[in-house]
Amino acid sequence: MSSGLHGPGLSLLSNKLIEMDILVSGLLLGGTYALVAMGLNLQYGVARIMNLASGEMLVLGALAAFWLFTTAQLSPVLTMIMVAPLAFIGNWLIYQLLLRPLVRRAKNQGQLEVDSILATFGMSFALVGIMVAIHGEYFTYSYLANPFEILGTTVALNRFVAFVVALIIGAALVLWLNFTRPGTAVRAVSVNTEAARLVGINVPRMSALSFALGGAVTAAGGTLISTFITLDASVGVIFTMKALIIVIMGGVGDMRGSIIAAVLLGLVETAVATLIDPGLTLVSAYLIFLGILLFRPQGLFGKRTT
Amino acid sequence: MNRREVLARVSTGLAVLGTAGLLSFSALAADTIKIGAVAPKTGPLAGGAAVSQWPNIELWAKEVNDRGGLKLKDGQKMVEIIEYDDKTNPGEHIKAAQRLATQDNVDFIIAPYGTGFNVAAAPIYAKYGYPQIAVSSISDQIGELTGRYPGLFFTLGSTTDFVQGVVNVLSGLRDKGEIGTKVAMVNVADAFGIELAEVARPLFAEAGFEIVYDKSYPLGTPDLSPIIKGAKGANPDAFVAWSYPPDTFGLTEQAIIEDFQVKAFYTAVATAFPAYGGKFGSKVNNVLGAGGTNPDDPKIADYRKRHKEVTGKDPDYWASANTYAALEVLAQAIEGVGEADREKVTQYIKDHSFDTIMGELKFENQNSRKYWTVGQWQDGVFRGVDAVNIDGAAAVRPKDGWK
Repeated sequence: MSSGLHGPGLSLLSNKLIEMDILVSGLLLGGTYALVAMGLNLQYGVARIMNLASGEMLVLGALAAFWLFTTAQLSPVLTMIMVAPLAFIGNWLIYQLLLRPLVRRAKNQGQLEVDSILATFGMSFALVGIMVAIHGEYFTYSYLANPFEILGTTVALNRFVAFVVALIIGAALVLWLNFTRPGTAVRAVSVNTEAARLVGINVPRMSALSFALGGAVTAAGGTLISTFITLDASVGVIFTMKALIIVIMGGVGDMRGSIIAAVLLGLVETAVATLIDPGLTLVSAYLIFLGILLFRPQGLFGKRTT
Repeated sequence: MNRREVLARVSTGLAVLGTAGLLSFSALAADTIKIGAVAPKTGPLAGGAAVSQWPNIELWAKEVNDRGGLKLKDGQKMVEIIEYDDKTNPGEHIKAAQRLATQDNVDFIIAPYGTGFNVAAAPIYAKYGYPQIAVSSISDQIGELTGRYPGLFFTLGSTTDFVQGVVNVLSGLRDKGEIGTKVAMVNVADAFGIELAEVARPLFAEAGFEIVYDKSYPLGTPDLSPIIKGAKGANPDAFVAWSYPPDTFGLTEQAIIEDFQVKAFYTAVATAFPAYGGKFGSKVNNVLGAGGTNPDDPKIADYRKRHKEVTGKDPDYWASANTYAALEVLAQAIEGVGEADREKVTQYIKDHSFDTIMGELKFENQNSRKYWTVGQWQDGVFRGVDAVNIDGAAAVRPKDGWK
């Protein structure tokens, strides 16, 4: 059904406005998606753990933000700063205690993937159960839900803050991975575990570090996302799926790829929602995913395996 | 007393205690009415069930037991609730209901939460003869379903009544000259939203409204700003969203961000949740939504107070009261029959009227037509402004900005 808004009689000015709307809203949504996917990229790309409880880690961050905001009026940005190190420690422990034995006994990558999928799938149920016990209703509150003018279009301030933080986290991760020694070691593990071991990299330690860092990024993302999306204890799986699509689209183990795939997805979904029909956003997302799988199965930045 | 003697005495004592315990346990078991409850504790509908369904079961069971239990022919019996999580999955629901019927041997089962679940589980409840007093279930197939399942009852209305309420409210505002005829309508793209939108299109047209924006969005859409921007661009007089909780919150927040000026703003499920008023405060004054209640009605006021005392939280301003009333119907029917005979209880529900917090409820063709359809946030309270067979509706106010 045409709303008449996007008809041919449209003036150039409103065309420009709509383009700006799509660009700005799309970038912000891309920032949200980057927050969802960057952590999983580290966990899957480096530690080789296909973490199906990634979404639950995100929702756990959101629950912390909601809970501290409603009981102590604590700003979710402060909560994020507290949640990140806690999530880092928690995920490090999860890796050492629950996942390390799987890594040790796995004879090959395929077996580790199957084992880690099963283990983290179970973990996701446990996390959902814990969160339901804490708060079974929607995590909804109002924080920075104010209009914010940027490049002539209005956006929600909370979304903009999340975008800025996503930008900072993304940039910091890319810089750390490319220009520091531990970052380089992490990338080496992601490219080839065996070769990394041969050049003297402590692979188990780097894997634990990546898994913990990934968990911290995801939980921090959850605290910010909770300021503008209403979550509940069981919604994690939706984020896990989105993260998985983005990580595979961008190329497993490549941070730049994940960020670019996230932004691409955000822009396309917003463009489709604005110009064609909001009902087709999911279709468009899966079409791009399908296209990339068909023509570049290793992902945008992934290296072709031989 | 040597050590052996002490041991012997202690063990005899323990054995006696144990036997007594067993005896009292079996005596207790025979003295309870077992009631099963299957509803989501996890999954997409869990957040709603945690507001409207589970707390009322807790409140009702406590109140029945505090007054000594249900009065039956062979004395008073406490109720014992056996709960299962259906994970918002109809398959899980049916499995749990089967288990309640065959393993736990419950006497009665509380009707499911959600329209799809009440329809999907009706055959299994019918198979074991459980009366199913559905509350959170809105359908235009009520006649057909009640014809097929003799134990299925409806209490919250049909899709058409539900939509007609919104049309009535908008027509009232239009006739007073508060709004024009242009309506922007959106819906969540699942069975609930699609059915409502389909029923609404002809009803709006019949009432002389023009739908200037008509779009759907997938459940769980993370950014609803393109929808509010699109609706705003169509310059409507009224905005109607057949929405689910997360998008009800999301659409309202975006409307505030975009300063979407309409004289009538309606969102569906969860507008009646206390969390909605808690989140937005005075900004949502005069927002319209699904449901409503009359908090000035002494019975409702007393119910709301008890709900808060027992469960620690406020009930919603819609289905909570209906859910509690349906449990009152079940209790009164069991007491009326005087025994846990499912067939007789079902017949009793059909033949009698019930005194509940929602007033007198009576089922005609297994359908109780006494419910609120539209409510409005008015100074911090979500008041019913349109209802079927209930008096006490508040006057509708036009929305005046988001302050």
